[in-house]
Amino acid sequence: MLAFLILLPLCAAIAILGGFSARGTAVLATGANLVLGLILAALWSNNPDIGSLSLQVLDKPAIHLSLGLFDGMSVTMMLLSVIVAFAAIFSGKCPAGSEKLWYVSCLLIAAGAIGAFLSTDLFFFYAFHELALIPTFLMIGMLGTGDRKEAAWKITIYLAFGSIILLAGLLWLVSASGANSFQFDVLLAAGTIPEPAQHGIAALLLVGFGTLVSLFPFHSWAAPAYASAPAPVSMLHAGVLKKFGLFGLLRLYPMVSEGIQSWVPLLVILLLGNILWVGMVTINQKRLDSMLGNSSVMHMGYIFLAFAALAESGGANDIALPAAVVLMFAHGISIAMLFALSDRIQQATGTLELRELGGLAKAAPRLAFLFGLAAMASIGLPGLANFAGEIMVFLSGFRHWTPAYDLPLGQNFTAVQLGTICALWGLVISAVYMLRAYRQTFQGKPVPATDNAKDLSCCERMPAVILAIALLVVGLYPNSILNFINPPERPSAPLSQSDN
Amino acid sequence: MSPYLLEAYIVLVGLVILMLEAFVPALRKEHLGVFAIGGLVFGLVLLFVAKAPAHPEGNVEMARFYAFDSQAIFYKGLALVCTILVLLLAIDYRAILAKFTENPGSEEGTGEYYALPIFACAGMMWMASAQDLVSIFVALELVTITFYILVAYMRRNVGSLEAGVKYLILGALSTGFLVYGIAWIYGTTGTTDLSLMAERLQALPSATPALFGLALLLLALAFKIGAVPMQLWIPDVYQGAPTPTTAFLSVGSKAAGFIITLRILKPFMDRESVPEIAQHTTFILLVLCGLTILYGNLAAIPQTNFKRLLAYSSIAHAGFILLAVTAWGKGSETTLSTPQAVGFYLATYLIMTIGIFFALVTIRNATGSEEIAAFDGLGKRSPALALAITVLLSALAGLPLTAGFYGKFFAFRLAIDADLWFGVGLAFIGVAAGFYYYLKVIRAMYWRTSDDTSPIAISPIARYAIGTLTILTIILGFWPNPILWLLGA
Repeated sequence: MLAFLILLPLCAAIAILGGFSARGTAVLATGANLVLGLILAALWSNNPDIGSLSLQVLDKPAIHLSLGLFDGMSVTMMLLSVIVAFAAIFSGKCPAGSEKLWYVSCLLIAAGAIGAFLSTDLFFFYAFHELALIPTFLMIGMLGTGDRKEAAWKITIYLAFGSIILLAGLLWLVSASGANSFQFDVLLAAGTIPEPAQHGIAALLLVGFGTLVSLFPFHSWAAPAYASAPAPVSMLHAGVLKKFGLFGLLRLYPMVSEGIQSWVPLLVILLLGNILWVGMVTINQKRLDSMLGNSSVMHMGYIFLAFAALAESGGANDIALPAAVVLMFAHGISIAMLFALSDRIQQATGTLELRELGGLAKAAPRLAFLFGLAAMASIGLPGLANFAGEIMVFLSGFRHWTPAYDLPLGQNFTAVQLGTICALWGLVISAVYMLRAYRQTFQGKPVPATDNAKDLSCCERMPAVILAIALLVVGLYPNSILNFINPPERPSAPLSQSDN
Repeated sequence: MSPYLLEAYIVLVGLVILMLEAFVPALRKEHLGVFAIGGLVFGLVLLFVAKAPAHPEGNVEMARFYAFDSQAIFYKGLALVCTILVLLLAIDYRAILAKFTENPGSEEGTGEYYALPIFACAGMMWMASAQDLVSIFVALELVTITFYILVAYMRRNVGSLEAGVKYLILGALSTGFLVYGIAWIYGTTGTTDLSLMAERLQALPSATPALFGLALLLLALAFKIGAVPMQLWIPDVYQGAPTPTTAFLSVGSKAAGFIITLRILKPFMDRESVPEIAQHTTFILLVLCGLTILYGNLAAIPQTNFKRLLAYSSIAHAGFILLAVTAWGKGSETTLSTPQAVGFYLATYLIMTIGIFFALVTIRNATGSEEIAAFDGLGKRSPALALAITVLLSALAGLPLTAGFYGKFFAFRLAIDADLWFGVGLAFIGVAAGFYYYLKVIRAMYWRTSDDTSPIAISPIARYAIGTLTILTIILGFWPNPILWLLGA
């Protein structure tokens, strides 16, 4: 069953190459995927092995093409992938003459992302992500806008190097664990890795995964790439594919918990670089798309903060992991919605320069409403999904904290808690840039560019509405996702089932 | 059927082609190529029929020189497949070959170009079986001398002639090293038989003379496999030689070089019986492999000619394979042995590289150029060809889900298990550089535009060959087991 989630987009891509109608096939495949994904997620809590599959493709060392919903994090990311993939393919406006390339690439990215999150074998987990990267590079280079070649070359080099460093870390991890298998359950059940090796592996993993997630200071590929990329590619990469790095860190964390613990202070400094430094850079952006690109880099800092809280506590922090997962989901949906709508603004007005825009709300009220909703979500307004994630992140920073009044103030806090206090200012920063951009674009007097702009048609609204529903559902009822991660009734987590 | 007849049969095919060329001038040259391919395909069938003689005592003198184990069969098959593909490539290349004949445009005197690779193939097949320094020398010379002619085949083309001279001089030099090394080893151990070498080495009072001899042998082998310090000829010769010869050099000759490297090193790398010699040998190999990886990958970065790029990439791949050789794992329940990893790497390397050379000949036929700039805008001109080249180049770069990944993966795994952290570190730098220069070509195809936007004409041979090799690259990327079965893993 799960294999269909990957095969549907792949087969659709092949069918399009074979001459089927590009848009129809792509929308149909991702739509079917969305339905299938929702059904599987609904059935998963009763049957955690649903649709899993395992084929041994290599004996020495044992590598399996195994798919499965490993735990609630996988379910959440799978849902995120199918929702964003459908929205991205549905909302993209393809330039005439490149339909095949456009839809085939998007489908391959979607298939790679879904495959990575469904893989329960480290090897294919890594491989599917690489599969998704190549079409990403090609799309930015061929069909991007603005300074596309420069941006595409930059993202290619950064991510290729990040992947190589990551691969080195993963191979070392497997070799040090002594397991003769790449399957997650075997790896996680394998004996502990000696501490000196853990430091090295943790460093490689942090740099490798960190580059893929645009952790400061390896982030400078992200904003230009998202600004130049075609909208569906930005949506898929910023929304879904980038989460691969965080997903990998959270998944492999138990194996190198001690190693990562020693890097936490440095990690806190880097993630504050994401939140504060990149936040300031974001305020300074003059174009809507590069502002969104930078904001997406900035928000990665919060998720890293949750990861740092988890790592600092040695894994004891029970809300850090749910916080990270909810925020990954929320950010993926909200940034995809923002990129989709900013693409609409570009088409309606012909520009994304903030100073050339203004008063768009008058001509396009629905667009303004939906964009406003996504912007509010991105800031972290209560009632929308990002709020649930961010509040949990901040709470996780102070989980199990008891003030010791007899100590000097500085010694009352750990690195993560100090980081949390600084990171709170990020909320102010994101409110500043988002509200400014909204005001510049939609409010005030209409300017020539926005005077006769067309509003969203019913069909064009659909992807944004689906994303908005996801934001609202998770925002109003966060348990919809948290129930996957902390199943209320299932006593044993999948981890402990792996011994057999 | 006795295995000795295999090579005899192949030589016979080559002689028949030569006779046809000499005495039936009316025959069209590409038909010669087709005959040759047919003969080799039959040879491939014979390979499966051939069985090692049940009573080797019957022919003791021959059995001493000639091994017929699973490894030998694998490399014989590799040589045959490689030669068949190279002959197909040569048929595709004949228009360019015809430009440099006595009457430009005619195919006069190009018939030997289909016979010579067969002799080289016979030499490579002997190399696959050679287990005595003498038979190694003889087989290796058959290959090398054939290649002197093949490299300089377009003798009216200055580039090809220059390549021929360079190859001749360095080839002769390396032969000198080889003979000198054999003499030293024979002098110290009293035997040229590699199966006796292990116990003789154990009994040596001092390892130094044997190690000196081995160092000389390694120099000669480095010439064959294209490793530092004998790598200097590669870029110029690859660029100047006719493209089918280049493909043959870069795959067939390299593979044959590696099989004899494995056979020669086996007694010297035995860590149990000769720990001291093994330690020294590992150190020498580690230095060679590190330098080869760095030189090949870093020097490839600034290249603008695609053939030169492939030349440096072939040095780089030799470095990665050497990494597996340096690690010298014996294999276990859970890991591959070094010969298996090397064989796997070479088999996937054959598929990817020959595919790329087919694409290169197609591009050369259409644009008349072998520069990377000739690939500009290919994504728009011929999307299918561009897609295939993208897959093949990604595989050469070692991207997961392509055949190229597993080769590197096994090599790195062996090196990590052998604690060769220095080599692994350099190898990762090499892979990172590799991504850069292979992607440069992909960038040219998709992100640049060319003035000429007409589709590239692809000959039927090239279309089927590129298609098959690309699909194989992808299938083996998901499911590498078939090659490992052939290797007996």
